[in-house]
Amino acid sequence: MTDIVQTLDEQADTSAATRLVWKHGLIAAVTWAAASIVTIALPDTIKWGSVGLFSGLTGAGAAILLVLAFTVHTLGKTGKTIEHYGPWLIAVGVWFALWEFTTAKTGWLPKPFFSPPHGLLNVYVVEFDRLIVCIGYSLRLWGLGFFSGVTVGFLLGIALGWSRSFNYWGMPILKLIGPVPASAWIPATFYFFPTTFDASIFLVALSCGIPVAILTASGVSSVNKAYYDVARTLGADERFQILKVAIPASLPHVFVGLFMGLYYSFAILVVAEMLGAKFGLGWYIQFQTAYSGYANVYATIVIMAVLCSGIVKLLFVARDRLLSWQEKGLI
Amino acid sequence: MNAPLKSLLSFAGLGRKRQEPRSSRTVPADNARRNIALDIKNVSHHFDIAGSPLAVLDNVTISVKPGEFVALLGPSGCGKSTLLRLAAGLDTPSRGSLLEEGQPIDGPDPSRLLVFQDPTLFPWRTVWRNVATGLEARGLLDTESARVDNALKLVKLDKFADAYPHQLSGGMAQRVAIARALVNDPHLLLLDEPFGKLDSLTRMTLQAELTKLWQEVGFTAILVTHDVEEALLLANRVIVFSDRPARIVAEFEVDKPYPRHRDDTDLVHLRQTILGQLGIAND
Ligand SMILES: Nc1ncnc2c1ncn2[C@@H]1O[C@H](COP(=O)(O)OP(=O)(O)O)[C@@H](O)[C@H]1O
Ligand SMILES: [Mg+2]
Repeated sequence: MTDIVQTLDEQADTSAATRLVWKHGLIAAVTWAAASIVTIALPDTIKWGSVGLFSGLTGAGAAILLVLAFTVHTLGKTGKTIEHYGPWLIAVGVWFALWEFTTAKTGWLPKPFFSPPHGLLNVYVVEFDRLIVCIGYSLRLWGLGFFSGVTVGFLLGIALGWSRSFNYWGMPILKLIGPVPASAWIPATFYFFPTTFDASIFLVALSCGIPVAILTASGVSSVNKAYYDVARTLGADERFQILKVAIPASLPHVFVGLFMGLYYSFAILVVAEMLGAKFGLGWYIQFQTAYSGYANVYATIVIMAVLCSGIVKLLFVARDRLLSWQEKGLI
Repeated sequence: MNAPLKSLLSFAGLGRKRQEPRSSRTVPADNARRNIALDIKNVSHHFDIAGSPLAVLDNVTISVKPGEFVALLGPSGCGKSTLLRLAAGLDTPSRGSLLEEGQPIDGPDPSRLLVFQDPTLFPWRTVWRNVATGLEARGLLDTESARVDNALKLVKLDKFADAYPHQLSGGMAQRVAIARALVNDPHLLLLDEPFGKLDSLTRMTLQAELTKLWQEVGFTAILVTHDVEEALLLANRVIVFSDRPARIVAEFEVDKPYPRHRDDTDLVHLRQTILGQLGIAND
């Protein structure tokens, strides 16, 4: 009796399993395997290095995708996320294969302006130490500039939004210099600051401080006046009204300013590093371009993309935490 | 601890120090001990609109007795909200004077609280935090946070302490606004069409709740409304204003015990009279 039930169960399981094969995963495994084979089987027209490593990685990717194709339905929520990216995974495999083929394997897209994926990988292998140092330098410069700029911009914005006289004198100045790209200040700041590092911090701070100041000020001054009336009747002094009404009420605006400032700060960071720094990702790009090390340049751009979008993501997380009181469905 | 706080606590069944027997407190007796009143003396007010004055209040004189419930009726836009803002101390009148217990009103004070037509809850604060705002602003929250819980019980929203305003219905939000005022133990509660935007069932429930709160807690209340029936159900005295600029055109004492019934023949009769007054005022 139990045996029969078991057999029936197994049959049900296998039929369910065939239905649960993840087709996109299977196709992706094929495209990744193709990329791996193209990389290892065809000879490079010019040596790039790390051929075996890239072929091995894409091959491993293909193997993992193959396993996932049959097991992804057992992984619950993570599995669902992986399945969602199925078409992307297929496209990436195709992209790798074509990229290998058109660059390293045929030379249709020639060196030095184009580089195969294993060329980029080779940069990470060979230049690992130097890139880590550059990432550290860039993050330090960006961190110092961004956080000081945002702090000053936020405080300035509150003063501008709250105090009439601050607003009277400060707002026209801010409106006048606000739209000037921070890069326009580069020559002057490099002259005024003792070191290029200080000057660069200032430029990054300026680039993000201004949008934060403007948006904070407009946020504070556009707070529904009725909130202040309520707070005043409840016995709130000015300090309470600023800290507990004006600031939380204007936080959605402040975050718009923070996002703008974030993008501006990335832009000016790279420019400032290209002009005067001794290390850093911007400096590295500049340096490698001079030696036609385009593979290194692309590899660095990939690092920047990951870093910048990671920081943007962090800011989104912070915003969702702090603004969880808002009605959902805005973004 | 003063009398209204004690009654507020004991009503919620949570008085920490001393509870008065509920039955011993009839409203007038309780309030007679508290020498409070609002005196509105010859108040006129105008706004400047594009350089020219807009007269809104015309020589309004009202004297409110301690513990009294006064309803202000009048056509929309005549100046009722303006009068309440003056009483709350949010604005100063162009002419005339307002006194609270003989003292000139020269600014907002938690002893006189205004409940706005919109609940105007702080959307970034939970229900509990909204109600706690007044105590927090005066540095009393650390020692007297139980008052917040009691006020929420009073308006039957203790289950929603951690909700955010956007998660509340209109009636619940208005009850939070009332709790946010009551937790401060105001002598004078100014209510500006507090139920105006609610559906009629919610409105009837809240009217009954407000009457009960007023009887139990014993504050003085001034209610602005455009609903004659609401005025007659709740108030000891109904004052009818003219069109803008608001002038007092009639006053009615409503000497009926609570809870009142909307079909009470005297009240129905009075309603006809007042509607007539308003009709004349609307001409
Ligand atoms: N802050 C203000 N500035 C200019 N005009 C105002 C202001 N507040 C109210 N008013 C005007 O005063 C008149 C009376 O307003 P209000 O007191 O709100 O009327 P009600 O509450 O009786 O409907 C309206 O015509 C309104 O437009
Ligand atoms: Mg009004």
